Amino acid sequence: MKSIAELEEIRKKTLEQISMRKDKNGMRVVVGMATCGIAAGARPVMTAFLEELKKRNLHDVQVTMTGCIGVCRLEPIVDVIDTEGNKVTYVKMTPEKARRVVAEHIVNGRICHDLTVGAAEKEK
Amino acid sequence: MQIYRAHVLVCTGTGCTASDSERVIRELEKQLQEKQLTNEVKVVKTGCFGLCHQGPIMVVYPEGAMYATVKPEDLPEIVEEHLLKGRIVKRLLAGDKTAEDVAKSVENVGFFKRQKRIALRNCGIINPENIDEYIAFDGYKALAKVLTEMKPADVINEIKKSGLRGRGGGGFPTGMKWEFAARARGEKKYVCCNADEGDPGAFMDRSILEGDPHSVIEAMAIAGYAVGADQGYIYVRAEYPIAVKRLRMAIDQAKEYGLLGKNILGTGFNFDLELRLGAGAFVCGEETALLASIEGRRGEPRPRPPFPAVKGLLGQPTLLNNVETYANIPVIILKGAEWFSSIGTEKSKGTKVFAVGGKIHNTGLVEIPMGTTLREVVYEIGGGIPGGKKFKAAQTGGPSGGCIPAAHIDTPIDYDTLTELGSMMGSGGLIVMDEDTCMVDIARFFLEFTVDESCGKCPPCRIGTKRMLEILNRITEGKGEEGDIEKLEKLAKNIKAAALCGLGQTAPNPVLSTLRYFRDEYEAHVRDKRCPAGVCKAMISYVIQADACKSCGVCARNCPVGAIEGERKKGPFVINQDKCIKCGACVEKCPFNAIYKNV
Repeated sequence: MKSIAELEEIRKKTLEQISMRKDKNGMRVVVGMATCGIAAGARPVMTAFLEELKKRNLHDVQVTMTGCIGVCRLEPIVDVIDTEGNKVTYVKMTPEKARRVVAEHIVNGRICHDLTVGAAEKEK
Repeated sequence: MQIYRAHVLVCTGTGCTASDSERVIRELEKQLQEKQLTNEVKVVKTGCFGLCHQGPIMVVYPEGAMYATVKPEDLPEIVEEHLLKGRIVKRLLAGDKTAEDVAKSVENVGFFKRQKRIALRNCGIINPENIDEYIAFDGYKALAKVLTEMKPADVINEIKKSGLRGRGGGGFPTGMKWEFAARARGEKKYVCCNADEGDPGAFMDRSILEGDPHSVIEAMAIAGYAVGADQGYIYVRAEYPIAVKRLRMAIDQAKEYGLLGKNILGTGFNFDLELRLGAGAFVCGEETALLASIEGRRGEPRPRPPFPAVKGLLGQPTLLNNVETYANIPVIILKGAEWFSSIGTEKSKGTKVFAVGGKIHNTGLVEIPMGTTLREVVYEIGGGIPGGKKFKAAQTGGPSGGCIPAAHIDTPIDYDTLTELGSMMGSGGLIVMDEDTCMVDIARFFLEFTVDESCGKCPPCRIGTKRMLEILNRITEGKGEEGDIEKLEKLAKNIKAAALCGLGQTAPNPVLSTLRYFRDEYEAHVRDKRCPAGVCKAMISYVIQADACKSCGVCARNCPVGAIEGERKKGPFVINQDKCIKCGACVEKCPFNAIYKNV
């Protein structure tokens, strides 16, 4: 290494990978991963989130899991919580829908209204 | 580059390694593989969290959930529940498990709430074997700043302004030391690091070297630039194998990145670093003895002046600081002297790391702002004294320090208040003692240590401490004579005045300070042949209460020396006092509490 620019580059690159141990500022994606969620296919949904976030270098978005919230029939359920704490609940998720949520909601701030729990309940 | 959704940090410091964190890591990796989580969850080996008595410690991010005393058997549950399903296993979390709101994240554990981690900032957060992680948390940024934006004199001024004082013992102002070394003339100058941590029970330097070795390396390079040195040595004890290994790794990585060596960051500044291993002699923590040992000579001190800053290693000006002192430097450079000096008390700035041990719930490593009271350390951070016992005193400064009695528990801890109380900061060992501790015995213990470790060069230390120990041994054996206490005091004062180096000059401190606050205990030993705390074996006896004894014989079966006589169901048993070794095994085993200690 011969310059401070190079040092800075390593700093940025590594910080992206390990920032979860320090700041918790970004958006959060919470995937329901109880038995019902897993049975309904939550795992590929979460993997899709991870891959999509990685592809777009969205390192400050946290992906975590949670348990069952009781509406097992709508699993896989994913909450997207923005930096102000506003929560949007997406239901009956698939890997394709997950990629759409990343592109529209997380990147552009446009909630995918047709995928939310409200939309699913209206259908009935 | 793989992105992980969770990082599992497992402590691999000496404490947790001893409680088998390596096995925990192996089991964790196995479980992750079985659940096919290896691409989502990253396992990071990290340094000490400080909560050593609850090791092995494991922290899961992003939640920051801290698991304590993790056993390999717990891992299937943690992996299945927490890492797969996202449900924190509350049962296994650190902290007070009876509390309604179990502390879910590291910051909420009572042990950490009052702490302020500067020297330990990266310990337990980064992987010490990976230089990139250190760089990510602003590592080597201070070095870059110094080399490009500051003149050596600016660096020294900044350190002076910060008010940082040496964390290894005496508390000499670090900035002044740097200035002396910078001003001194010599063909070559050296920067050395004292990592020969020897106080019984103190392990903060080890934890920094194990958990964040680059912080010391970076600081030494900064010091090299400030004083005009291009060569450094770290003198570390060989008994710290993990620290030595990580230091070696860290130096190699820094060299590979060009952060050590020639023309660092293209600025023309050269600085190289080497390790020297010490063989575990306490006296080598004394600066002149340490430098002699680096040179390959016998580790013995020499008279000062000249101080090492003028004439040190190989006769050249040498800057020597302790590990914890160095660990503060990069932060001071980045955040500024003003920020640093806003923490602490008037004359003691910043924080101090203490190794808390003895009769206390949370033994381990804590970093607190100067001026925190002993009460806060013992009761709020340390979680109080087990068994509902009363606080009697705290010993600080190891064999060079003294005791602070309960009457002074509300004193804010800093360099000057400790000295006023007849103790000292020292390297930061803090041993808590309850009412069952005999102060004469404590003084004897520390003196025994210094007698063992005296290098023998000067007679006051070689002969004087030995004589003191003989008197103390006599007193604790119940053979104390009238006049012994006065003799101890006289010897202590003479040794303090006449010994060549810090080891001898401070060796009588444990005796003097216990005499100051607990003279009545000494007098009870000498005059009444009584040990009020019931520790000194020569002055206690175990007795079976005849009317409470059910003649079951359990005590006799458990006595290791066959000192208890009697026949089952035929009247009370009796302890033969000539044979009894006063181990107390019978008291523990008696089902009817019929045996008591006669003090």
